[in-house]
Amino acid sequence: MGTELETQIADLKKQVNQLKEGTKDQLSMVVFSGDMDKILAALIIATGAAAFDMKVKLFFTFWAISALRDPAKNGKGKNFIEKMFGMMLPKGSPKLKLSNMNMGGMGTAMMKGIMKKHKVASIEEMLKTAGEIGIEINICEMSMNLMGFKKEEMIDYPHMTICGVATFLTDAAESKIQLFI
Amino acid sequence: MSTEELKKIKSNTIVDARGTACPGPLLAAKKAIGEIESGEIMEIYSSDEGTKNDIPKWCNKMTHEFLGIIEEDSYSRLFLKKA
Repeated sequence: MGTELETQIADLKKQVNQLKEGTKDQLSMVVFSGDMDKILAALIIATGAAAFDMKVKLFFTFWAISALRDPAKNGKGKNFIEKMFGMMLPKGSPKLKLSNMNMGGMGTAMMKGIMKKHKVASIEEMLKTAGEIGIEINICEMSMNLMGFKKEEMIDYPHMTICGVATFLTDAAESKIQLFI
Repeated sequence: MSTEELKKIKSNTIVDARGTACPGPLLAAKKAIGEIESGEIMEIYSSDEGTKNDIPKWCNKMTHEFLGIIEEDSYSRLFLKKA
């Protein structure tokens, strides 16, 4: 009986603590897709949220990590398969394709032209802004290993960390908004 | 505020975000608001239609007082008072 009560009390304490912590004014996003349009949408939402004074944490995983590769950098010590992956996947954000109407690259080129005309910032510009306003980028280590990407081939970004799913879960649990793109 | 009242306002700072698309005007506003004092007035020029809906919502969240909009030929002037 005594231990049962103790467990209940411990449970209640845990719940009270969770209530006390509550959610922060924070946006937590999984950026999974490596499509140019989806990354752009993610960055527009992220920078917008930062303008709303929200803390923003982006968890880059799988195909999206290609967007963070620096075209001028190379990873060292890659095996054959990793080298193949590296060659086949877009090397940096300027190489990303549209999720629809890519038409062998024509659609993407046209979209970039339209974006310029409408003064929509490019992904490179958005990433620079994101860094300036303190948006955190966390890269999933497991995905990086799967794709054979190395930390040294990522862009210079002021708030970049390599981490795992626990980081995302902790961030998401305390965020008011969670998104998956 | 009415357009007449708004026209009389002398803004402390003007943010010209004409020609930028979402979220450009919002980010410009966010950057500029840090440079004025509480109670001062900021004016945002924007040619992006959506900004007219977005800035009042932003003000609401940030507790700045949204004062109103003056429509010019090819852009809008949005007024707000810093909280």
